[in-house]
Amino acid sequence: MPMAADEIADLIKAALPDAEVTIRDLAGDGDHYAARVVSEAFAGMPRVRQHQLVYRALGGRMGGELHALQLETAVPSNGE
Amino acid sequence: MNDVTSRIDSLVRAKPVVLFMKGTQLFPQCGFSSRAVAILDRLGADYETVDVLQDQEVRQGIKAYSDWPTIPQLYVNGEFVGGSDIMMEMYESGELQQLVEAQAQA
Repeated sequence: MPMAADEIADLIKAALPDAEVTIRDLAGDGDHYAARVVSEAFAGMPRVRQHQLVYRALGGRMGGELHALQLETAVPSNGE
Repeated sequence: MNDVTSRIDSLVRAKPVVLFMKGTQLFPQCGFSSRAVAILDRLGADYETVDVLQDQEVRQGIKAYSDWPTIPQLYVNGEFVGGSDIMMEMYESGELQQLVEAQAQA
């Protein structure tokens, strides 16, 4: 069962309440998404840790029911 | 340390740059693995690949090893660097080239 974009965003926001989450459905099939997550929680964290935080928020769905999620993470203050 | 973990431990150290992927360097079986190979080739990196499709134990074990849910996974000097999104970001910023070249000279 593919996941809805809103469901992905809700899971991320539940773990990172301040996060600004933008989800794009890349193929229009509800199975290949790109997410951009901007949160203060990432400050001072290496990229691997930032992505791990998001994957953890998705609670094991990544690589399973969620096949493809291109992930981009950022801290709000880095000049955006 | 269990068998899979110690096996993965030696695989990630087989060469300074190791890519765990689906398929082979010549025939990647997934778009993300294909992108990872393309990045390393573009950098002219000398690297080893491990096809996780040939080994279910490694395919599952590597995810626990790095606490990372997806393949491909890049390791430099035995350290987990990231998946294909992080590789692309680091490629675009020039960081990946620095990292790979530092290994070539070491």
